[in-house]
Amino acid sequence: MTASERGTPMERTEAHSAIVPPRGLWWRPAGKQERFWVIIAFVWCMVLFAMMPLWHLKGGQNPSGVRSKVTPTDFHARVEKFVADYKIGEDGGMPVVAPPPGSEVYLLGQMWRWYPVLKLKEGASYTLHLSSLDINHGFSLYPVNLNFQIVPGYDYGLKIVPNKAGDFRVVCNEFCGINHHMMVGRVIVE
Amino acid sequence: MSTMAQTLVAGPGPQSRTCEVTGLKVEWHAETLLKVNAVVAVVNFLIGIIAAFGVVMTRWQAVHLLPADLFYRFLTLHGLNMLIFFIIFFEMAVLYFAGPILLSCRLPAPRLGWLAFALMLLGMLTVNTMVIQGRADVLFTSYPPLQAHPLYYLGIILFAVGALIVTALFFATLVVARRERTYEGSIPLVSFGALTAAIIAVITLLHGAVIYIPTFLWSLGYMTVDPQVYRMVWWGLGHSSQQINVAAHVSIWYLLAALTVGGVVVNEKISRMAFVLYVLFISMASAHHLLVDPGMGPAWKVWNTSYAMYLAVLASMVHGFTVPAGIEMGQRLRGYTRGVFEWLKKAPWSDPGFSGMALSVVIFGFIGGITGVTIGTEQINIIVHNTLRVPGHFHSTVVGGTALAFMAVTYYVLPLIFKKRVAFWGLAKIQPYIFGLGIVILSMSMIFQGIFGVPRRHWDVSFSNAPFQVEYHPAVQLFQATMGLGGLLAILGGLAYIAIAVVTVFFGRPFELRDSRDPSCVPQGIWRLPRQIHDGAAVAAVHQTGTPGTVILVMIFFAAFIVYYFANWKILSFLWKVG
Repeated sequence: MTASERGTPMERTEAHSAIVPPRGLWWRPAGKQERFWVIIAFVWCMVLFAMMPLWHLKGGQNPSGVRSKVTPTDFHARVEKFVADYKIGEDGGMPVVAPPPGSEVYLLGQMWRWYPVLKLKEGASYTLHLSSLDINHGFSLYPVNLNFQIVPGYDYGLKIVPNKAGDFRVVCNEFCGINHHMMVGRVIVE
Repeated sequence: MSTMAQTLVAGPGPQSRTCEVTGLKVEWHAETLLKVNAVVAVVNFLIGIIAAFGVVMTRWQAVHLLPADLFYRFLTLHGLNMLIFFIIFFEMAVLYFAGPILLSCRLPAPRLGWLAFALMLLGMLTVNTMVIQGRADVLFTSYPPLQAHPLYYLGIILFAVGALIVTALFFATLVVARRERTYEGSIPLVSFGALTAAIIAVITLLHGAVIYIPTFLWSLGYMTVDPQVYRMVWWGLGHSSQQINVAAHVSIWYLLAALTVGGVVVNEKISRMAFVLYVLFISMASAHHLLVDPGMGPAWKVWNTSYAMYLAVLASMVHGFTVPAGIEMGQRLRGYTRGVFEWLKKAPWSDPGFSGMALSVVIFGFIGGITGVTIGTEQINIIVHNTLRVPGHFHSTVVGGTALAFMAVTYYVLPLIFKKRVAFWGLAKIQPYIFGLGIVILSMSMIFQGIFGVPRRHWDVSFSNAPFQVEYHPAVQLFQATMGLGGLLAILGGLAYIAIAVVTVFFGRPFELRDSRDPSCVPQGIWRLPRQIHDGAAVAAVHQTGTPGTVILVMIFFAAFIVYYFANWKILSFLWKVG
């Protein structure tokens, strides 16, 4: 069958399945309904795309942060200094640290603990620095459900504003070895 | 059928036969390689299922079956055998089908095919040995600095090299078929889809080489690997390999639509362009896993996570229309023209080839697709990353979508390639429903737990012995139970599939269409292959009517998509300010 025997695109008197080699001219315009769906889907894809830059401009939750490389040793030193500067007590052997609003806050992930316990103020803004001393960990704030990846060698500095007082937990949600499930930290917001 | 024979058969060679159902020429090497790859795929599926039982029965906190070390070992085993070995061995079989068999062509360099199979087998056995011996408790992703035994990485490399050889053979087959004129016109849509899967496989496997070779050397102590760079390149393998699956199972949807109800290609141009979009954009999806990582900035994340403005999502939405529309049109051509949905009601729902394909389309689109696009949004990922919502999503794409499509096509492969009647036919007819329902319940239960913040890859979400107590919302317990039951149902469906496939292959009653008047235990599409080519006034009339039923179905889909997507933005907006 040649292209002309198959009819012009408008006449369309031939149909075949997907296991048959199409012959002749098959580069034809789509039908009305199909074209309609492709256009709807395309417009929707543009909406999906636009939402992300839009949220950077108007929304309050973005994973951008201040990002830099840091060696585990350097990060550890910053954490220790931070703890020494603002420590107010202890909780089960873990220092409780209450940094002033607007300050740089450090949380260290290592197998298998979060160090230290943080005490923050509701409505205040902080830059929360996250990194690891050993392998990948996952910062998961419960029950808010804020989740960030922690990669050794990288400092993830996130501007945060706690919007509600409460006693929160930090769960590790990246597999980090046999005692992964015991890696639970604490954040208090007053 | 006779039309097919006339169109497709160039005459059998010495080492080939002519398929009496489809009229396709089937070459011995291609057919045998297809068989061995499919059989090994099913064996890996069995290992994956045994591991799945351990995993789901441990995560269901009320049962909590395994100790921590075994849980992570089983989880590693489950991921590798399901996502890599089962699926890629099966895809090798798909390539042998879509290349030499669909094009009625000889397999060039068949010995290379056997070498590739041997490499993949060796790689698979090495990896599984390392994992079972407890020398690779690093989970599927093996993020450094977490380290496995060097042989583990070497095994993956061998497996990938084998798979690369098979894709090369597939490309060579296309060249030979074209040169030897084994078909006229363009390659069929199913082969075209498989071609895109093979191209994506090359892209994917090259990412694999770029990351596993340095990681192997690192495990031997010769170099260092940056953990963030590893995550980026590794997911070029890890996520893109799921895109091989998408291209492969969409091709299978088209194939099964043709074989079960004579589904037609509504428009070759649109369907092929959609496949091309997969090739162009899909490997950017590595970013889906790095949206809340410290190594990349927002511009990189937004551009890559959206596959360059969601053009690969557009491709899936197009197939989501063209596959049901092709089925509707095919059914209308067979006379089911009454009302909007007679074509759907009168579809062969007791043919597991059809029901499995239809469920695969629905589960992949409604659950997998909608959740995937939503959680892959840069900011929404903040409430999703590493929670159970992620495996909830991909069990509905990879298992409900890909694995179910592979199961469905198996019911046609058994009589057509293995020449056997399907064993336990009564069970086979309901197997896709059991498996599909199980996966839907499992996925949804995981998604709901994830919304409450329950982590993935976690042995004990009661956090016993942790320094601080964590108590989840009471609803989590309910969803854990439904997850356990859904998982068990899916495992039953999976075991039923294995039993049917293994008993059929090794002990099944032989099936020869020409010697038989007995239609039992054979899918209806094989017993009476629907017409594959239509012409005349009927076609014009059907084109005039279009596909009103499909239009309604995609509109329901679209509405669900919009609601789920914006509901997630709403949830996100309640959180702490972060940026």
